[in-house]
Amino acid sequence: MRSSGVLPYRSEVAPLPKLRQTGTLSDRIASVVIQGSAFLAILSLILIFIFIGKEALPVLTSSEVQKEASLSRLFLPQHARAGEAAEFDWQPISDTPKYSLLPLFIGTLKVTVIAVSIAIPLAVAAALYTSEFAPSWARETIKPCIEILAGIPSVVVGFFCLMVIASWLQGAFGWTYRLNALTAGIGLSLAVIPIVYTVSEDAFSSVPQAFREGSIAMGASSWQTASRVVLPAAMPGVLAACVLGFGRAIGETMIVLMASGNAPVTSWSPVDSIRTFSATIAAELGELVQGSPHYHVLFFIGAFLFILTFLINLMGRWCVGRLQKKLQGAA
Amino acid sequence: MPFFWRVFMKGKSIAPFLLLGVGLILAGCGGPNSGEQHRPVTVKGSDTMVILAQSWAENYMKEHQGLTIQVTGGGSGVGIAALINGGTDICEASRPMKTVEKEQVRTRHGKVVQEIPVALDGLAIYVSESNPIQSLTEPQLKSIYTGKILNWRELGGKDAKIVAYGRENSSGTYQFFKEHVLGNEDFAREVQTLPGTGAIVNAVSKDPSSIGYGGIAYASGIRVVPVRKDDHSEAVKPSLTTVRSSQYPLSRNLFFYTIGEPLGDVKTFVDWVLGPEGQKLCEAVGYYPIVQK
Repeated sequence: MRSSGVLPYRSEVAPLPKLRQTGTLSDRIASVVIQGSAFLAILSLILIFIFIGKEALPVLTSSEVQKEASLSRLFLPQHARAGEAAEFDWQPISDTPKYSLLPLFIGTLKVTVIAVSIAIPLAVAAALYTSEFAPSWARETIKPCIEILAGIPSVVVGFFCLMVIASWLQGAFGWTYRLNALTAGIGLSLAVIPIVYTVSEDAFSSVPQAFREGSIAMGASSWQTASRVVLPAAMPGVLAACVLGFGRAIGETMIVLMASGNAPVTSWSPVDSIRTFSATIAAELGELVQGSPHYHVLFFIGAFLFILTFLINLMGRWCVGRLQKKLQGAA
Repeated sequence: MPFFWRVFMKGKSIAPFLLLGVGLILAGCGGPNSGEQHRPVTVKGSDTMVILAQSWAENYMKEHQGLTIQVTGGGSGVGIAALINGGTDICEASRPMKTVEKEQVRTRHGKVVQEIPVALDGLAIYVSESNPIQSLTEPQLKSIYTGKILNWRELGGKDAKIVAYGRENSSGTYQFFKEHVLGNEDFAREVQTLPGTGAIVNAVSKDPSSIGYGGIAYASGIRVVPVRKDDHSEAVKPSLTTVRSSQYPLSRNLFFYTIGEPLGDVKTFVDWVLGPEGQKLCEAVGYYPIVQK
């Protein structure tokens, strides 16, 4: 049984003596190094945010930048060509640069939703299978295989999409655009599946064996046990997995850069080409004059992405916490 | 105590690792400062020209022992920015420098920028091998890329929507196409942009109703469409003679830029590039030698 292996909680044993009094020199150095690396993670996060924020701020403050890229230009429709209706346009290199974020936002949203709605059902089902139903040889094969999928560089996945998947899909469905949101979304789901799978598999495995035994003792079949006992009990963990997968999908750059076509079209059709925030930054930041409006707008997008993922994570945490409380209360 | 740490350290002191690290850092710093008679000549800029400049540098260094040429890409804009900031000796660019950029060099360095055409390139128009279209005029290309012509039928082809591929806006090829073919109008929203000419060639070869543009050196697995200046002129394919005589409408110069007249090691390299050996390498790579005046 899994739960029998748990060590007694610290309150049951005498408190550990302080490290400072007993440790040798190397012990002390070791603990400082470990502590340091934990704080380094937080420090680098803060530094990155300060840097991005500093470069993004001129969009809100500098009048010179605002002449080209004020908030209303970023979010409201603009007149693209003389005599045409106002539209949302992303054309930063132009006689009159246009920086509407809406096409990029729609593109990012479309590809993320597609990727996540392909990846989550597949990954959670696979995790449920390997932890509840699979014989041990199948588990030992499937688990490492999916984990290796996470190790494939995303540029390779992107290239595979560009060359192979795009041709298959166009051959099968005859879409006008080879490279579109759906192609990129399928490629992106390959990057999301391993994360959702690994985290939700952990969640399923950590459901106490007693739950399963109890359920089967009551006469439930193994499918009923998996779907009505194990899945709900592991729900907070599965939800956390989905949030992580969502964050990965929003931030992923190389796959969408190669497989989505990068055309900033404002359309909700899943088979139109898209341009995402992250791909735009990757493609355009390379050779910009520092301090130009275009440069600051790209950092503004970076800050926006940062805050977006932060909020999604926060929301995910809140949901997980609530679920956990509910489950504990019910138990 | 975490046991793995104890196993790892097992009585060893951390000092050797620290020393090793410090040593490596010092070694890294020491390298470039060690005195040499000739400072390396740096060449930076256009991605289109990287393969060309690299083959120049390799052959030049074989002939001239002790001289070093460092070539890096990044795009024409990167090279020009580096030239303005004093980060490179030679800037390579697949588009002419803008007046604003030349002004910036003059105010920063007090010298006039030197423009040295070093090779010729014909910007090829790619279509799929199965595409029956015979030729395209420059105005037709403009209409395709600004989104006014949407179907191959309007050009005498089959009834299929045109899928247009282009380069990212950081590319010199993008800028050249925008200036010379679109007359500085905006690209249509539907134009798909791909990272690199290789990716465009790949996409066009797999897509029967697509069109793309890029350097002639990359054309394989696709068909290069002859281009006409307008309805009345002849259709011309990019080749040494048509590009050199500017008969091919999308001919362009590839440039070196230096701050003031090139001097010393830079001058020897530039002279060599413009000499017979350097110009012969243009053709080996897939571009065309410049006309000797």
